[in-house]
Amino acid sequence: MSIQIDDTDRRILRHLLADPALATPDLAERAGVTQATCWRRLEKLAEAGLLLAREAVVDWRALGYEVEVSLRFTLDKTEPRAFDDFIAAAREVPEVIGIETFLGRVDVRLNVIARDMAHYQQIYRERILTLPHISDIEALMLIATIKDSAGLPL
Amino acid sequence: MTLDLDDLDRALLRDLARDGTLSAGELGRRHGVSQPSAWRRVRRLETAGVLKGQRVVVNRTALGFGVTVFLGIKLATKGRVSLEDFERAVTAIPEVQVVQHVLGLFDYRLRVVARDIADFERVLRRRIMTLPGVGQVEANVLLSEETRPGPLG
Repeated sequence: MSIQIDDTDRRILRHLLADPALATPDLAERAGVTQATCWRRLEKLAEAGLLLAREAVVDWRALGYEVEVSLRFTLDKTEPRAFDDFIAAAREVPEVIGIETFLGRVDVRLNVIARDMAHYQQIYRERILTLPHISDIEALMLIATIKDSAGLPL
Repeated sequence: MTLDLDDLDRALLRDLARDGTLSAGELGRRHGVSQPSAWRRVRRLETAGVLKGQRVVVNRTALGFGVTVFLGIKLATKGRVSLEDFERAVTAIPEVQVVQHVLGLFDYRLRVVARDIADFERVLRRRIMTLPGVGQVEANVLLSEETRPGPLG
């Protein structure tokens, strides 16, 4: 069922994913196609639902959120609504900037930001530990992001 | 040092986080301000580093990458293999999208894309397990993900 894309599409996507801020003329040049072709291909990829969005990236650190913690949860699976209830409640916590679900030892991961450690402790005690159906929590504190790319080996 | 945001700044950030291609004119219309003043606000957020470029969201599955796995990696031989060597080698792997140095149960967190589980096994065996200093590895297969607007409300 996958949509047919050719080498030109792949080349355009590869360059776009590697450098999302590229304007169409620069992207066209790097991919070795004319601007008109590049623009038409991007339209086609968007219409086919392959290119979904271009989102601005917000740097929370520049807004004073110095702490970022990856919280890994195991949920109580004897409760049939564990996932739904937990995720619905996590969405209500403003400092949660990402929610992921997994198949593996970890069920859900929340990405939580805080202004400093005191603020983090407050969020953790008041908003995180009170989330429903938690059976275990592990925390990984972010020290540095070494690589962050949406690139695909196309 | 931190920028003070008002309601308009927060509204602009919320909109742009969903669609980074919105023009100053469109942002102004949505929030009842002129195009030049919306442009100045966005410019100020960019200059302060709050708006840090764009992210392209693609349908990975439709492009043939049906599997995304998060790996927790613990280094086996800390002190003997430098973190720089590990980081240089891991960032060069095309299937590895994200590398984070973390503190806790693991030393590094990786986001890895693969065509399917067999392809993931190839990446894991040939690329990840052969990294300098790699010790315990834990894999969790991503089922769903959502980005939240964060404390901009």
